[in-house]
Amino acid sequence: MIELVNINKYYNPGLITETCVFDNFSLKIKDKQFVSVVGSNGSGKTTMLNIICGSIPIDSGKIIIDGQDITNKKEFTRMKNIGRVYQNPALGTSPHLNIIENLAIAENKNKSFNLSKLYSKSDEERYKELLKGLNLGLEDRCDIPMKSLSGGQKQAVALLMATMTDIDFLILDEHTAALDPKTADIIMELTDRIIKQKNLTSIMVTHNLRYAVEYGNRLIMMHEGKTVIDKEGSEKENIKVDEVLKKFTEISIECGN
Amino acid sequence: MDFFGILVGILIEGLIYSIVSFGVYITYKILDFPDMTVDGSFPLGMSITATLTLMGFSPIYTLLISFILGIIAGILTGIIHVKLKVGDLLSGIIMMIALYSINLRIAGRPNLPFFNKDTLFRNDLFISIFGPNNRPITTIVVLLVIVIIVKILLDLFLSTKRGYLLRTVGDNETLITQLAIDKGNIKIMGLAIANGIVAFAGSIYAHDRSFFEISAGTGTLVIAVSNVIIGMQIMNKFHNIKPTTAVIIGSLLYRAVISIAISIGLEARDLKLITAILLLIILILNKFKSTSKVVKR
Ligand SMILES: Nc1ncnc2c1ncn2[C@@H]1O[C@H](COP(=O)(O)OP(=O)(O)O)[C@@H](O)[C@H]1O
Ligand SMILES: [Mg+2]
Repeated sequence: MIELVNINKYYNPGLITETCVFDNFSLKIKDKQFVSVVGSNGSGKTTMLNIICGSIPIDSGKIIIDGQDITNKKEFTRMKNIGRVYQNPALGTSPHLNIIENLAIAENKNKSFNLSKLYSKSDEERYKELLKGLNLGLEDRCDIPMKSLSGGQKQAVALLMATMTDIDFLILDEHTAALDPKTADIIMELTDRIIKQKNLTSIMVTHNLRYAVEYGNRLIMMHEGKTVIDKEGSEKENIKVDEVLKKFTEISIECGN
Repeated sequence: MDFFGILVGILIEGLIYSIVSFGVYITYKILDFPDMTVDGSFPLGMSITATLTLMGFSPIYTLLISFILGIIAGILTGIIHVKLKVGDLLSGIIMMIALYSINLRIAGRPNLPFFNKDTLFRNDLFISIFGPNNRPITTIVVLLVIVIIVKILLDLFLSTKRGYLLRTVGDNETLITQLAIDKGNIKIMGLAIANGIVAFAGSIYAHDRSFFEISAGTGTLVIAVSNVIIGMQIMNKFHNIKPTTAVIIGSLLYRAVISIAISIGLEARDLKLITAILLLIILILNKFKSTSKVVKR
């Protein structure tokens, strides 16, 4: 379970550019929940994910994961059981390494990065099988550097990499936003499949209301650092895109954009 | 100077600077860190080598101790940058300036010759193998062996799990964090290995010259960066060569250009100026090719 308790977060405190993103923000995410998060630009979605992962400091409040207070834990230690995929597909992979090398370093997470060889022939075969399952033709492009692949291919590999080890939580920040609609659909389905297979507790920020409604078992809409919609269970199952869109338009008009 | 003399000069300097450039390849190319520390860790290897040799230590020990002291210098630069959050260029400059005084302390004075001592290249073993009057050949053969060993070790390291971490931290440090690893520690490790190698090269240079001279480090980074960039260009043309091989070729080519410049009339005192202008030309030529690689969040 992820708990955010009374979070206060300011950017540039004391400066003229001071922005209060969260004022006493609290949120609980139960185990195995798959939460879709929507909301206007600047409503604090990315900031919330950064706070959970420890990428940025908070001014006050507590972050609790599985009952343990991790507020003061560094980002890299929190990542032991968190996988994360960003909007920018380049952030999830190492551009000069090929797909096999990328998958191999990802699979070694939480093991020792010692002086032994990175991967064996049998690992390579295994990775190729894994890639075949994606149906993106990646198994034939294993030895070219990651940077020469398309955004969708990169994102598919990034998603595999983020979920290769035994993680408990998956954090997705508009991870389909940089892709064309068809590739986005493929990545979204892959995401859903992996989350179900691995029983992950997931938070997915998306601007695609259809994804938010179709996938996951809880839907949150954020606005100015608050949740304005929060539905789970059967309420979430019955929610319609129109309903979400209506609320979205309301808050957008309120903001004047 | 005769043709043979020029060729020998190119090979000796080129090979020694390929070792320096292995180190700078790690910082400049892999870590994307312009590490000025090398201008201090190269003479660090020289000063400790001169001092220890005069105290009677055998060449092997001077190489080993230079390597270790270089590692320590690199770790300190890394700590200044990573833990104290000083910018990359300044961290290196701070360490370089500190090493200037430390090198003077180690040697006791700005230059320290050891002409009448046995060295890595001039000792009973090599005289018995190569004969007493074959100094250039001896030096070149010994250097070649050392360069190849260092190259192979570096290639091996870069293909280990730890080596892959090093390669990834310069490419995409966000990924290192996602692997639940402290990216700062990996950077410190890279700087440590790099400066260890550079100080090791400084020790070899001292053995070749049989002296320490405090100003010998000035321009180390500039020369090595030139070598590395030339090497990378070569690698782009011939796809199947390893970066380390490319760095060796780059170092030899670079040295050849400098030697030709001197042999057609430029004086030794113009050397640093030529070095600076050459790097500038290389950087400008390189600007036209897209080489940006660092992924920022
Ligand atoms: N690094 C930063 N420095 C200053 N302000 C920031 C920074 N990151 C985000 N903000 C501000 O915080 C607010 C929330 O941003 P963010 O969490 O990125 O929103 P979202 O992801 O929902 O679009 C916005 O007003 C944004 O301008
Ligand atoms: Mg965002």
